[in-house]
Amino acid sequence: MQSTSHAFKDNAHGALADERLQKALGKMKVGFQDKRTRAAARLPEFETLRDQSRDIKNHVLEHLDLYLERFESNVIANGGKVHWCRTPGEARDAIVEICRSVDAKIVTKGKSMIAEEIELNDHLEKHGLEPVETDLGEYIIQLRKEAPSHIIAPAVHLNKEDVAESFMKAHTLLDPHRSLEEPRALVNEAREMLRQKFLAADVGITGANFLIAETGSTVIVTNEGNGDLTQTLPKIHIVLASLEKIVPTLEDASTILRVLARSATGQEFSSYTTFSTGPRRPGDLDGPEQFHVVLLDNGRTAMLGTEFQDMLRCIRCGACMNHCPVYGAVGGHAYGWVYPGPMGSVLTPGLIGVQEAGHLPNASTFCGKCESVCPMRIPLPKMMRHWREREYEKKMSPQAYRNGLSLWAWFAKRPDLYRLGSKIAMGVLGAMGRRKGRFRSLPLAGGWTDWRDMPAPEGKTFHQLWAERQGKAATSATATPSNDRKAA
Amino acid sequence: MSEARTQILTSIRRSLKRDNVTPEMASTVENRLKDHARNLVPARSKLSPTDRVDLFVSMATEVAATVDRIPNLSRVPHAVADYLASQNLPAEVKVAPDPQLGTIPWNKRPTLTVDRGRAADRDLTSVTGAFAAIAETGTLMMLSGPEHPTTLNMMPDTHIVVLRADQVVGSYEDGWDAVRRCDKGMPRTVNFITGPSRTGDIEQTLQLGAHGPRRLHILLIDGAGV
Repeated sequence: MQSTSHAFKDNAHGALADERLQKALGKMKVGFQDKRTRAAARLPEFETLRDQSRDIKNHVLEHLDLYLERFESNVIANGGKVHWCRTPGEARDAIVEICRSVDAKIVTKGKSMIAEEIELNDHLEKHGLEPVETDLGEYIIQLRKEAPSHIIAPAVHLNKEDVAESFMKAHTLLDPHRSLEEPRALVNEAREMLRQKFLAADVGITGANFLIAETGSTVIVTNEGNGDLTQTLPKIHIVLASLEKIVPTLEDASTILRVLARSATGQEFSSYTTFSTGPRRPGDLDGPEQFHVVLLDNGRTAMLGTEFQDMLRCIRCGACMNHCPVYGAVGGHAYGWVYPGPMGSVLTPGLIGVQEAGHLPNASTFCGKCESVCPMRIPLPKMMRHWREREYEKKMSPQAYRNGLSLWAWFAKRPDLYRLGSKIAMGVLGAMGRRKGRFRSLPLAGGWTDWRDMPAPEGKTFHQLWAERQGKAATSATATPSNDRKAA
Repeated sequence: MSEARTQILTSIRRSLKRDNVTPEMASTVENRLKDHARNLVPARSKLSPTDRVDLFVSMATEVAATVDRIPNLSRVPHAVADYLASQNLPAEVKVAPDPQLGTIPWNKRPTLTVDRGRAADRDLTSVTGAFAAIAETGTLMMLSGPEHPTTLNMMPDTHIVVLRADQVVGSYEDGWDAVRRCDKGMPRTVNFITGPSRTGDIEQTLQLGAHGPRRLHILLIDGAGV
């Protein structure tokens, strides 16, 4: 998809003013967070499983070449084929070529973020193919010609009225007076419309949550079962996956699966976890006749060995965006490309460049919630800071901002001057604002005071308050032991 | 394509700052793939056989599967017919051509229409066996093969699974060990099924039966055989 990440600020303003979007986001936030908290609390081993999941992926990344080679040889041994692709263009060409080999017309698709990354649908349409998204959320946004706004809940920005409107417009052969008020009716209608597509499809394309080196298997996790119908009914199953999805063994996949659903939707396990290994076997009554894995790099091998390597552990659960105050306020579209939220703020500059996506790592309050819920323990805030550093080094941030930082740095390197300056400033601001306790406007701070009041300082600097507190703490620390002894 | 392959592998080695693979690295990877070492397996799955079955039932029920415990295979025709009647569904089933299900005396319920094979679009209800069941999360483990067409798990509105209590294992890892013991390699498809199909894509309201079965009904056989 065409990136609008450079316009993040305008996108965010638009999103904040969009009432429908704000209503939908309000519903999302509570749901995902509560469910994840409950699921994590229910499994005593959850934190240890997070550690182990992190370690599995770290081990894989250090031996990525070896596991990929083994994966490929096992895919081939089971009758499938691996297509190595450096760029989105190579991946699109590989897929079109496979579709052409069977003169395909309808291509069903399971949810795949990599397909969004390589703009696959547009490309298939250009080549006369009809791509049909089969995940309900993806189907809805395909009808509306929108991009997904969340990596596991692509239509989370919509309300049921929006969906009903789209179905009325798209399903013209059905009774125009039918009732689509209830979510149940919408789900039933989508099921019926898509079942016909599943049966008519020539090629089914799915993503992959994991690739397993030991067996040459690919794994998808869904709740709807759309991925299974996508890959079982057509003649050809194409798996589109980025190469960091690999894990060594079935045991390793099982461990990470235990943290995936719990972190994503708060489920103990998703409804369908499916391991696919090669095409149908002799005697099988169903299953695809061909099995292809399109393995995409697109900048990932270049992230290895850099300060962004940890990002390649990501399993796309969406927990970081579910808990992010910025995502919760502006939604996924504001981020302007495929991957929103904290994981997108780190990954997007890596894939499409910090020139285009430099705003994203700045769109963070650094509250740290993303890292604290990430099942793979990816240090997202730290990596956003690395992008900010790179942006600064490349002199891409605005001049006024850079001047401000330089000025601050000059003072910060001269602590006595800094303390004196801040003491005077706080004293003056404190005296000026004492009556109302806040400022309606301040020179040079319009970016803040245009939107909200600035609380007035209380007259003392942080350093002064800190010193006072340390003094108090020291007094009470010496008092505590004797109290303890009395209690004992 | 092979040029892309070489370049990708070279790029990985360059990024990791090593030109080639040392024998130690190769053997680390080799052993890891061979050993199938388990990571931490949650304590919840380590139970006596009876408790394991109870955990399976409670976890499966929690995700909206229904479970009917019956004493033996000869009860299956009645359990199936009664269940379909209770749901107001037609008394027609497509049964997996599975020898384990071959001994079911379907003629005990002559009103039930029984057909065998893979699922077609018109099939409303399927009856299959399972390879194993995982107590940990109430999950069924289904392996594809000539006797176990995958379409039966996914296409019909209602999926009825005949499961023996002794097929219930604790963890996913126990399931993989059982697959390896069969010594037939990895089947084309392994389905882990946990409850019926569902979606939360419309305003996060839970709706069952998005694309796969709307109902998952498990006939759990407590005794052995017929």
